[in-house]
Amino acid sequence: MAVKTRVASLHKANLKRAALPYYYLLPAFLVMGVITFYPLIYQVIISFTDFQTKDLFKQLASPELKFIGFQNYADIVTGGLPVQNFEFFRVLTYNIWWAVTNVMVHVPAGVLIAVLLNTQGLWMKRIYRAIYVLPVVVPPIVVGTVWKNIFDEQYGAMNQFLTIISGWLGAVDPVHIRWLNEYTPPIPWLLPNGPLTLAYYAMMIANFWLGWPFMTMVATGALQSIPKDLYEAASIDGASGSQQFWNVTVPLIRPAMIPAAIYGFTLSFNLFNFVYFMTAGGPARSTEILVTFAYDLVRNLRLYGVAAAFSVIIFFVALIVFLITNRITRATESYAEA
Amino acid sequence: MATKSNNPIIRFLNINTSGEAGGRDLPLWRQLLLQLLTLFIAAEVMFPIMYIITLSFSSKSTRPSSLELFPKEFSLVAYQQVLDRPTANPVTFLELLRNSFLLSFGVGALALLVAVTAAYAFSRFKFKMRQVLMILVFVPLLMPAVGLSTPLYLLLNSFRVADCGGGVIAISPFMSCAQGLGRVYFNLRDSLWGVGIAMIAGALPFAVWNLKGYLDTIPKELEEAAMIDGADANQIFWRIVMPLAVPQLAVTFFLGFIGHWQEFVMPWLFLSQPKDYTLAMTLYNMTGQYANAIPWNRFAAMAIIVAAPVAVIYIALQKQIISGLTSGGVKG
Repeated sequence: MAVKTRVASLHKANLKRAALPYYYLLPAFLVMGVITFYPLIYQVIISFTDFQTKDLFKQLASPELKFIGFQNYADIVTGGLPVQNFEFFRVLTYNIWWAVTNVMVHVPAGVLIAVLLNTQGLWMKRIYRAIYVLPVVVPPIVVGTVWKNIFDEQYGAMNQFLTIISGWLGAVDPVHIRWLNEYTPPIPWLLPNGPLTLAYYAMMIANFWLGWPFMTMVATGALQSIPKDLYEAASIDGASGSQQFWNVTVPLIRPAMIPAAIYGFTLSFNLFNFVYFMTAGGPARSTEILVTFAYDLVRNLRLYGVAAAFSVIIFFVALIVFLITNRITRATESYAEA
Repeated sequence: MATKSNNPIIRFLNINTSGEAGGRDLPLWRQLLLQLLTLFIAAEVMFPIMYIITLSFSSKSTRPSSLELFPKEFSLVAYQQVLDRPTANPVTFLELLRNSFLLSFGVGALALLVAVTAAYAFSRFKFKMRQVLMILVFVPLLMPAVGLSTPLYLLLNSFRVADCGGGVIAISPFMSCAQGLGRVYFNLRDSLWGVGIAMIAGALPFAVWNLKGYLDTIPKELEEAAMIDGADANQIFWRIVMPLAVPQLAVTFFLGFIGHWQEFVMPWLFLSQPKDYTLAMTLYNMTGQYANAIPWNRFAAMAIIVAAPVAVIYIALQKQIISGLTSGGVKG
């Protein structure tokens, strides 16, 4: 302790040190000032204009550039954009639904598989662990493209696989499901706010493949830190397997799983590469999420003003999501300590 | 009792990670039931992997007419074709590889270089505005990369060098041709430099966050001891903190590298010339509307080539990556 106080007095004595942290911060803030903060401010300014391709050269100095106030924002929310099949609240709802349903499937599956792998005396544990981790190491762009081909109507592995299965059941015709192009929703009532096309289910399948192994990894780590005595005590008290699962396993892995679930949620919410490579938001924007639509606005529609406004909206959506998830993390942290 | 067999094969297969002695044995029927389940899951995992591997080793350039999950032949024709001429564009595989590598490596290294001192400042110093500055650095983390793409596109697009004719060269945005745009020599937006700059915007806050989290865990006592021995702040940073941070610097770099390797948003938006294309862009070109000309065995080979470096790095650093992500999540 004596050392600490002496160090503290050294801190105060050294006046040069006061400026030091700012020197250390300087490079990062110089760089971020130019390529992050300035563009962010520029983005807000552009969002109040009708910036289009014709303004690209002179930009803000362009004589044709008009400041139109909150028109872009109003157009986005009320559906006044010159874009087909886009309704802001439908896409927002779908985006949330997409992220929530993914996490709701990945986390339980990941935990159950981790518990299964943690069974004492199970043969070939290590081999399974090594196999189960494989989807985590494949880049999402590759996963997206490969699964896109798997769901190909004519040559895809999924229809060929289903053809084999239906062959066993006596069917003769090959299966031709238009996974990624069929627009009619198979279960119309599931999300009343918009069509959940077959493409959504195809993406759920592909993203399930991608998503659960990460949850299994996290859950395995948490499971291995649970003392075995707890299970022995529980079984001496006569707790059945499922009782042990709900009363010992679940409460003890919860502190690890909730941050993982939140991480999974934000990841799925902004899962640009996977969605863009698999369906690019189609068919008819039914699997569009906010980030893919924002990209479409800049890259293909070239409505820069609208795209800027949309990005500002995305920022606030992300902020709200962050504040909510942060609160959940905090709440569960104190739960874990209690 | 079955698991305590003397059969060496069964003993080999029963690899027990927990190392408990005389624990509860699994009854055989349960063992078999669980094996069925685990095998089923393994099949689910392997299904697309085997599918794509089989396709890539096929010499047939036609599309697959029936499901094959095990290679019947080991032909490297598809790989060879991809390496020779990856797309219909006049661009070689080596150029694509070089572009991808330059972007991943350059962005990762530069972001790290700029981030490390900032992370140290946030981790170790108490100063005015610390909270505000930290929020400023971390707020962009909330923004998905797509969200910054519009202004970066517009701003980078205004840096160009044009030949106005008559030997006059204009450098925008400082000068412009008297009439029209002139013939554009160089457009920062349409170059790997521009893409790299745009990617650093996303990489930097992440690098600061990831390094700060690690520096927080290095005990301060070492630095305090050095200070008492008369080391100044810069010496402490270079001689004590940096060597200790090397493992995390490596992890942050490689995490960035595998992220940038798959970067698609900025290159696909910015770049228009095939010679600047990256592997990720080429893979995208092999699906969708452009894909009709490309046989699936070549597509499969390309997918495996793109995935390989990421998979290797991930497997090598698995533990660090998982612990970094989870502990970071808990700390918030």
